[in-house]
Amino acid sequence: MVEASATGNSLENIQHGFKSMITSRMLENKLSALYKAGKIVGGVYLGKGQEAISAALGTVLQKGQDVYAPLIRDQAGRTAFGEELLDVTRTYLGKVTGPMKGRDGNIHRGRPTEGMPAMISHLGASLSYIAGMLFARRMRGDLGDSIGAATFGDGATSTGAFHEGLNLAAVEKLPMIILVVNNCFAYSTPNDRQFACANLVSRAEGYGIAGHHVDGTDFLKCMETMEAAAQAARNGGGPQLVVADVLRLCGHGEHDDAKYIPQEMWDQSRDCIDVAEAQMLANNFLTQEQIDSIKSDAKARVQEAVAIAQREPTPDPRQDDWKALGS
Amino acid sequence: MSITYIEAIHQAQKELLTEVPEVFIYGQDVGSFGGAFKATQGLSDEFPDRVVDSPISEDAMAGMVIGAAVEGARPILEMQFADFSSVAFNQIVNQAATHYYRTGVQVPLTVRLPSGGTPGSGPFHSQNMESLYAHYPGLVVVTPATVADAYGMLKEAVMMDNPVIYCEHKFLYRWLRTDELKYNALPIGQARIVRPGKHATVVTYSAMVHEAVKAAEMLSSDGWEIEVVDLRSVKPIDLDTIMASVARTGRLLALGESYPWGGVTAEVVSQVVAEGFHLLDAPPMRLNSKDTPVPYHPDLWAAHRPTPESIIVSLKHLLRL
Repeated sequence: MVEASATGNSLENIQHGFKSMITSRMLENKLSALYKAGKIVGGVYLGKGQEAISAALGTVLQKGQDVYAPLIRDQAGRTAFGEELLDVTRTYLGKVTGPMKGRDGNIHRGRPTEGMPAMISHLGASLSYIAGMLFARRMRGDLGDSIGAATFGDGATSTGAFHEGLNLAAVEKLPMIILVVNNCFAYSTPNDRQFACANLVSRAEGYGIAGHHVDGTDFLKCMETMEAAAQAARNGGGPQLVVADVLRLCGHGEHDDAKYIPQEMWDQSRDCIDVAEAQMLANNFLTQEQIDSIKSDAKARVQEAVAIAQREPTPDPRQDDWKALGS
Repeated sequence: MSITYIEAIHQAQKELLTEVPEVFIYGQDVGSFGGAFKATQGLSDEFPDRVVDSPISEDAMAGMVIGAAVEGARPILEMQFADFSSVAFNQIVNQAATHYYRTGVQVPLTVRLPSGGTPGSGPFHSQNMESLYAHYPGLVVVTPATVADAYGMLKEAVMMDNPVIYCEHKFLYRWLRTDELKYNALPIGQARIVRPGKHATVVTYSAMVHEAVKAAEMLSSDGWEIEVVDLRSVKPIDLDTIMASVARTGRLLALGESYPWGGVTAEVVSQVVAEGFHLLDAPPMRLNSKDTPVPYHPDLWAAHRPTPESIIVSLKHLLRL
């Protein structure tokens, strides 16, 4: 038994993170089903197995104050940060009512002026973007307590953009969390074909920044590590590299059966949702009844968000203004 | 007192920093060193927090200013050489250029590209990138040819809410002068007739405007009156001015310093042929650099780019002489 405060978080934050994980898993299961039913055009990319670390980051960030660039496996973090479920379902279903109006889809969604940029597919590109947002605030003198965060996978750490962005953020000593979720595979490429260092967190030293390493399947450890990283960033500690180890519990996208993941890795893996649920019960953070209620509530909200979006119109090519420049 | 093209760029930036608190300049060596071409000389003394040295990381530099622009800043990103913007290409064409269409949020960003060849600069300090950037939806691409335009278009570019690729020509930096720095009333998107004529139209931009004028002057002694149109901005392109000129002359030479395959000159010919085939008295022509990397040696370099002499050869062919 631990107190919530032992993780550096309030009980509310821990509950919020857990609830976001459950909602994310419910939502992604639904998205997968919609994809398999042919209801989604384009890809579906899930964050199964990464919810704990993702939700921890989304929870320690404050919407309206902080900025957050999630990547493709960050539904839990997006939900924890405050993304509306309707933004998700409208974008995945290509509805004109969504934030991207059908002009971009699936995980390429965001609301940049509300602190959440819409990712492009080119990995590593969001790191310098978030650095720039913080730089502009600092230049203006209204950085305050705000921090920024950007997430990446093991694969993205191999890009020049990731290196350039991380080095730039370090040089500028910006209050940032750079989360690297090592899920063992970049699409199908295993770690030993991706990088040669023993652990990616060792790179923090090379950039002259702080590094944190955490078991990404351990929800409470994720909350503790992420809150510590956020506090360090807010308190002038500069960029914080957080590396979390997990196994991706799905394919790269729902089109991918992930047969390249060896059976022994599956056998040794654990689902962070199961771990989190046990932790919530063991520490009296939630009762079984409350967890059941969270699940049924999440299921209902997901159903509702899908149902609403399904009734809404898709974009009309005759109505799009087809303008790439604003006036 | 006269002012050069590079001094006009410096002056525009100084005024922008003074007048617009959202403006900042980011780039390699732009701080106390004053920039590789001295476009920011002394500015960091006056604005230490807003004229900032970057690491040599063109991708991250571009990404950083994009994020800053989304947060309400009006960044000027100085690429040390246009050539190096290839490293930032992804951020510019995929992040900045798609941003408004995808999210509805504009990116008020200006990327300064010191462009074009100078003797001895070689393959990686001489390139012209305007055709590449103009290819992508979501970018404004300007190519000032005069001191007044270098000044006025930079000020206009920085105050635009869309990303602007500002191609400044290094060859013009120090020899092109004007006595008085006047704010050019022509907005971005409008071409200018530099020299009126009636026998043929040369549509060009940037440093080639001056080479075209020299060629036109040389031909004028034989009685040929060549009209020279300075596009000023290659995107948006002022097709109205081009078409009006071609309607007067019936003959078109599209002239550019960049590589010959595709690009601005191809676009000019294509649009004129599609919209005004009936106006043409002769097949339209294009003249660009040779289809090789830009060579180092001054003798090779001078023959690689169009010259008044090679422009005259093209014009004589166009005039069926």
